[in-house]
Amino acid sequence: MRLLKLVPDNTNLHFLKWQWPTTIISVALMLASWALLFTHGLNMGVDFVGGQMIRVSFTQSASAPVAQLRGEVEALGYGEPIIQTFGKPNEISIRLRLPEGSDKDAGLADAMAKRITATIKAAHADARVDGVDSVSGKVSKELGWTAFKALGFACIAISLFIWFRFEWQFGVGALVSLVHDVSLVLGLFAVTQMEFDLTIVAAILTVIGYSLNDTIVVYDRIRENLKKYRKMPLEELLDLSVNETLARTVVTSATMLITLVALLLLGPKVIFGFSAALILGIFVCTYSSIYAAAPMLIWLKVNASSFVPGEGEKEA
Amino acid sequence: MLDFPRWKQLWYWALTLLALAAALPSLATMSGLRWPASLPHPTINLGLDLAGGSHLLLEANADQVVSQRLEAKEEEVRAALKKSGKVHYGDISNKGGSLSFIVANAAEVDAAREAILPLTNGAGLSGKRDWEIQIADTTRFILTPTQEGIKDAIDKAMETATEVVRKRIDAMGTREPTIIRQGNDRIVVQVPGLSDPAALKALLGQTAKLEFKLVDQLGMVDGVAAPGDEILPFANGAGAIAVKRLGGIKGDRLTDAKQSFGQNNDAVVSITFDSQGSEQFARLTKENVGKPFAIVLDGKVLSAPNINEPIMGGSAQISGSFTVQSANQLAIALRSGALPVDLKVVEERTVGPDLGADSIMKGVVAMSVATAAVVIFMAMTYGRFGMYANIAVILNVLMILGIMALLNTTLTLPGIAGFVLTIGAAVDANVLINERIREERKRGRKVFAAVEMGYKEASRTIFDANITHIISAVLMFEFGSGPIKGFAVVLIIGIITSVFTAVFLTRMWVAGWLRRARPNDLNI
Repeated sequence: MRLLKLVPDNTNLHFLKWQWPTTIISVALMLASWALLFTHGLNMGVDFVGGQMIRVSFTQSASAPVAQLRGEVEALGYGEPIIQTFGKPNEISIRLRLPEGSDKDAGLADAMAKRITATIKAAHADARVDGVDSVSGKVSKELGWTAFKALGFACIAISLFIWFRFEWQFGVGALVSLVHDVSLVLGLFAVTQMEFDLTIVAAILTVIGYSLNDTIVVYDRIRENLKKYRKMPLEELLDLSVNETLARTVVTSATMLITLVALLLLGPKVIFGFSAALILGIFVCTYSSIYAAAPMLIWLKVNASSFVPGEGEKEA
Repeated sequence: MLDFPRWKQLWYWALTLLALAAALPSLATMSGLRWPASLPHPTINLGLDLAGGSHLLLEANADQVVSQRLEAKEEEVRAALKKSGKVHYGDISNKGGSLSFIVANAAEVDAAREAILPLTNGAGLSGKRDWEIQIADTTRFILTPTQEGIKDAIDKAMETATEVVRKRIDAMGTREPTIIRQGNDRIVVQVPGLSDPAALKALLGQTAKLEFKLVDQLGMVDGVAAPGDEILPFANGAGAIAVKRLGGIKGDRLTDAKQSFGQNNDAVVSITFDSQGSEQFARLTKENVGKPFAIVLDGKVLSAPNINEPIMGGSAQISGSFTVQSANQLAIALRSGALPVDLKVVEERTVGPDLGADSIMKGVVAMSVATAAVVIFMAMTYGRFGMYANIAVILNVLMILGIMALLNTTLTLPGIAGFVLTIGAAVDANVLINERIREERKRGRKVFAAVEMGYKEASRTIFDANITHIISAVLMFEFGSGPIKGFAVVLIIGIITSVFTAVFLTRMWVAGWLRRARPNDLNI
């Protein structure tokens, strides 16, 4: 049987020939992501800003009557609701601030949820209330802070690990490609204004793990080749290493994408944003392990002596 | 490297079978079969986002613990000084977070100190006292609560509160609630299958501190309380009434409380005092026949009936415009005891039962499709070696299930996502190995050497790459809340089992095949 080969044998692509254009693209995308984060911001869910979220699905309709719902909920006088579909057009989330004084009297938030769900059920026979979340301002601040801490610690801990296992240049390179990947995923959420909640933080932490995973596989090969071909110019050596690991990179990304697309299309809609974040993450990580992580080593002037302490030592 | 002694093979198989056996009960339950109760049945709990139900995060009012403690100490100090009989004290007050009083002259200081010293204790295991006694201006005593004392008091209050919450939820007859104290001043309550937590919240929101206090009919002048009195509002909003601050009875001396019907067939709560409580209650009612007394619940007056005759039997009825439901709720709250501190809901998440079932079904579909697609893809890409990887992936999924069941962990919706992700990620190790074997073959190595080099060289990469995954997963577990923890658990277990199945097991299979078939070439 002839086996499938996504990447032909003995590729010899000059990836680093494109290092400047791709660097410009990467930097531009990162800047665009940050600009969007500052101008549009993230559409923070109740996990991080507090408030009440009611999930409703309309079991008999193809799509939810969003405009009508907005009118109905607004008429109740709790302020302007944010109504969004997630995943499927007939599943929506309604978000509102908690009523004034609800930090003193929990009954107020309750009454609000009751009135809203009753109103919607009365107006739409096929409305099914799937869940009610209400998060106080204090708890949401804490959740935001712990999420931030988790992301920060993850970046630092993993970079330290790479520094420890490789050399400082590799640690810096990994950190840069990590920042690149996370920025772009955040950028996606700023552009689409998909709801940003705790599960997205989990997705980003996974992207961090995956980004490093990809980077490490390439770095590991670079390290091996640095020891093996002491005289090869660095750019050529990086190209060789990327080419040698290309098949693995493509096949693994393919299997990850297969599973994630299945999750995105067939999985529960509540984790639509989660799957979307990971899919973009896989693309970005694959790209950055070639175009951000590898060229960084040139700029940071890594060379064979980084690994070979004494002269005269034979190749490992 | 390709040499596998028998004991090693036995070990690998034993570990695999153990994990698989542990997964069986969960698999049987999922496919609707009944697992015999006589057999051991480690199971995976379903998180609330899958099972449907309510999650409440309750926060205690810690300031209240501090101020209540101060008030209680004031009474203790009064009683102790009175009992000593040798001290003339005055100007006792508890303003500004500490308690102070003065004694008549410097000669009484020692006696006063002796009287109140037994009122201070060690604060928990901290080795410090819970109150600090200072003397200022020769005759003024100042008792300040120490940080350790406050911490210990909050700790004890939370312990009691958690117990009370448990009793109340049990009394509601809900099945399998999870009640866990979290951090300093919080309690997490999870009740599967409860889709309308309003009643639960009302029950937990009620402190249920019941008091009987004497009414001072002349105690309120222009809305200001006379000395020794306090003004309390009526629960039904009909004005307020002055009651004597001291000399009442606390409602913690109850043996029973139940909902029943009063003379006018209205809903009331019947309470029964314990022996000490009945004695106190009898004395209070005997001494105050003809006067009104107030039944106070959580600082609000339910009713203020006249004492027509002494109540000697130790039982009484509380009326106060109840419905049957609210009377029943109060009865539960009184039976389970008062909360030592007010609790309020700071986070609430409710998932309807349909959404949970929907999520499980869609999760299983996504996982099946993902598995099938990856299996086909791997077989097409690596042939025989791909099939080894596939068996490893499927074993990996089952082993994660088994280990989760053994550890009795909770599967959440993000956890299902973790499973699906694991299927994609677990083949990475095999991809690394197989690509390396391909490469070594291309370089002209013989079959055995190529396979050996493939595993050896790829193992280092696999190790490094998985450590980063473990780091991010452990951080997720450490910092994440409920659902994210579920995701992290699957990832952590999945990383470990995937290295076991994808590296160790496939190497054993490949080695076995090489020894048996002795191929001259590899189709890889």
